Amino acid sequence: MRILCLVKRVPAPGARINITEDEQYVDDKNLGHAVSPHEECGVEAAVQLVEKHGGEATVLSMGGAESEEQLRAAVSVGIAKMVLVPTDGSPMDPQQTAAALVEAIRNLEEADGAFDLIIFGNESADQGGFQVGIRIAHALGRPMVNGIKGLDVDGAAEGHILANREIDSGVEVYELPMPACVGVKEGINLPRYPTMKGRLASKKAELSTVDAAAEAGGQAQVKLKSPPEVVNETVILGNGPEAAPAVVDLLEELGVM
Amino acid sequence: MTVLVIIEHDRGNVPEAAFEALTAARQFGLPVEAAVTGEGAADAAASLGAYGAETIHHATADAVGDYSPEAWGQALAGVVEATSPSIVLSVGTDRGNELMAQIAARMDLPFVANCVEVSDDASSMTRSQWGGALHEETTLDADTKLLSFAPHAVEATESAAVGTVVDVAVDVDESLARTMIKDRVVLSEGITLSTAPVVVSGGRAVGSEEAFAPLEELAGELGGKVGCSRAVTNNGWRPHSDQVGQTGTRIAPTIYIASGISGATQHWVGAMGSKNILAINTDPEANMVVKAGWAVLGDLHEVIPAITEEVRKRKG
Repeated sequence: MRILCLVKRVPAPGARINITEDEQYVDDKNLGHAVSPHEECGVEAAVQLVEKHGGEATVLSMGGAESEEQLRAAVSVGIAKMVLVPTDGSPMDPQQTAAALVEAIRNLEEADGAFDLIIFGNESADQGGFQVGIRIAHALGRPMVNGIKGLDVDGAAEGHILANREIDSGVEVYELPMPACVGVKEGINLPRYPTMKGRLASKKAELSTVDAAAEAGGQAQVKLKSPPEVVNETVILGNGPEAAPAVVDLLEELGVM
Repeated sequence: MTVLVIIEHDRGNVPEAAFEALTAARQFGLPVEAAVTGEGAADAAASLGAYGAETIHHATADAVGDYSPEAWGQALAGVVEATSPSIVLSVGTDRGNELMAQIAARMDLPFVANCVEVSDDASSMTRSQWGGALHEETTLDADTKLLSFAPHAVEATESAAVGTVVDVAVDVDESLARTMIKDRVVLSEGITLSTAPVVVSGGRAVGSEEAFAPLEELAGELGGKVGCSRAVTNNGWRPHSDQVGQTGTRIAPTIYIASGISGATQHWVGAMGSKNILAINTDPEANMVVKAGWAVLGDLHEVIPAITEEVRKRKG
């Protein structure tokens, strides 16, 4: 299988998010960076599929030169090739992002043939537009299902891949003819840590660059701001197990007993 | 000039999110219409008038059946083309955002996901980034404005309207059935993490897979479900489907009991839709304690069993 996974460099999630003075960017000077969590699992899914069925996986990122760090991280866990689509790092809207990536993917496919599977993250951890993968799949004329938490070629019809989507009450199973696209969610696997051998390989791997650009779309960021703070006078119901009766009083009051 | 609400449903079952979308649509002061398609669409349409849908467009085509993002997206784009609404919206659930993005891609229109506030003509809005931990003010320039509201941004309320159902024959390429659900595996009947009235969660401080048993007992007594933080699923103590957070499930229970959870941003954005929060933590400065309405300071391993015992005692 030829697999392409797309990753985005984002400030490491979890910490408090501060904004730069011009209100245009997340202030990341005190933050580490990572691949968006869903996409980190997409990288792992690609590595597992290639281990099981053979072939080759490529990782692609569009962003500033510093995105090389995330591309090399993907190579260190088993991805064979890496491609950067360089930008100046300013915010891009989802239509623009998708159009530039379509151009880059077409360039790669013209050179080396179509990818059987393109793996996106369900949404990026930062901007969270919930649409770039869907736009790209549509432009390429390929099937696309988002929210995937299971991928397997075994058990699928010839030339197809099974993709599972978790819903509240269970699992929806899709069988997509390849070439196909999926958006995966964290939980599809537990990403591995790089081995020493992997780290060494990632240092030596060659970074290729594909230029691609597109016109701005109809959505334009004006500024970022912090959501209103949750202000609460937290009522302390007590200390330790002695607080249990007060807790149960509250549960009764809320009608959940 | 109308607002068209894209209705997600599962074989006729309409989730609360679709009613939130209809409620949100009424803020624009325009006639509210709805679009449905697929297997069970007629059943789905029957419940929409009560939430303010004056006209319900039922998109029909041979290629639409059970849920398929591509075939449904094409059918619903057909309704948008046929009715020329000024605003098209959904609520940003998995299916809601997926269908809006499919429509946007097919019509080459911009789409603004997960809005928390929208101007009267939908030309500017505030939307969620980082799962709600950050807000973005944005402008939207398009003749037909596509957007979704963040889940739980609006509370669904009824407002009776006629709810006339009109069939609209649309063109859907047969090949688009390639993304139709092929099979389903039912894992749980009844309440789920996102619909449970009570969620009892544990974080890293729980300590092990086995140590979740007392949380299961308390959740069982209260007819609720057990949730957890990202640290717990990363340790393999609970399945990822139990994770509350930006990369897990958004919950909205009557009460969220968060034990041994510090309340990192990624967790908080999954929990902030809860109507009430009780934090159980040894650290009075923990983010979850500070943001909670109620707190018990102490070791969850002692506090949780004591609450379960008290609940059982009062139930007799």
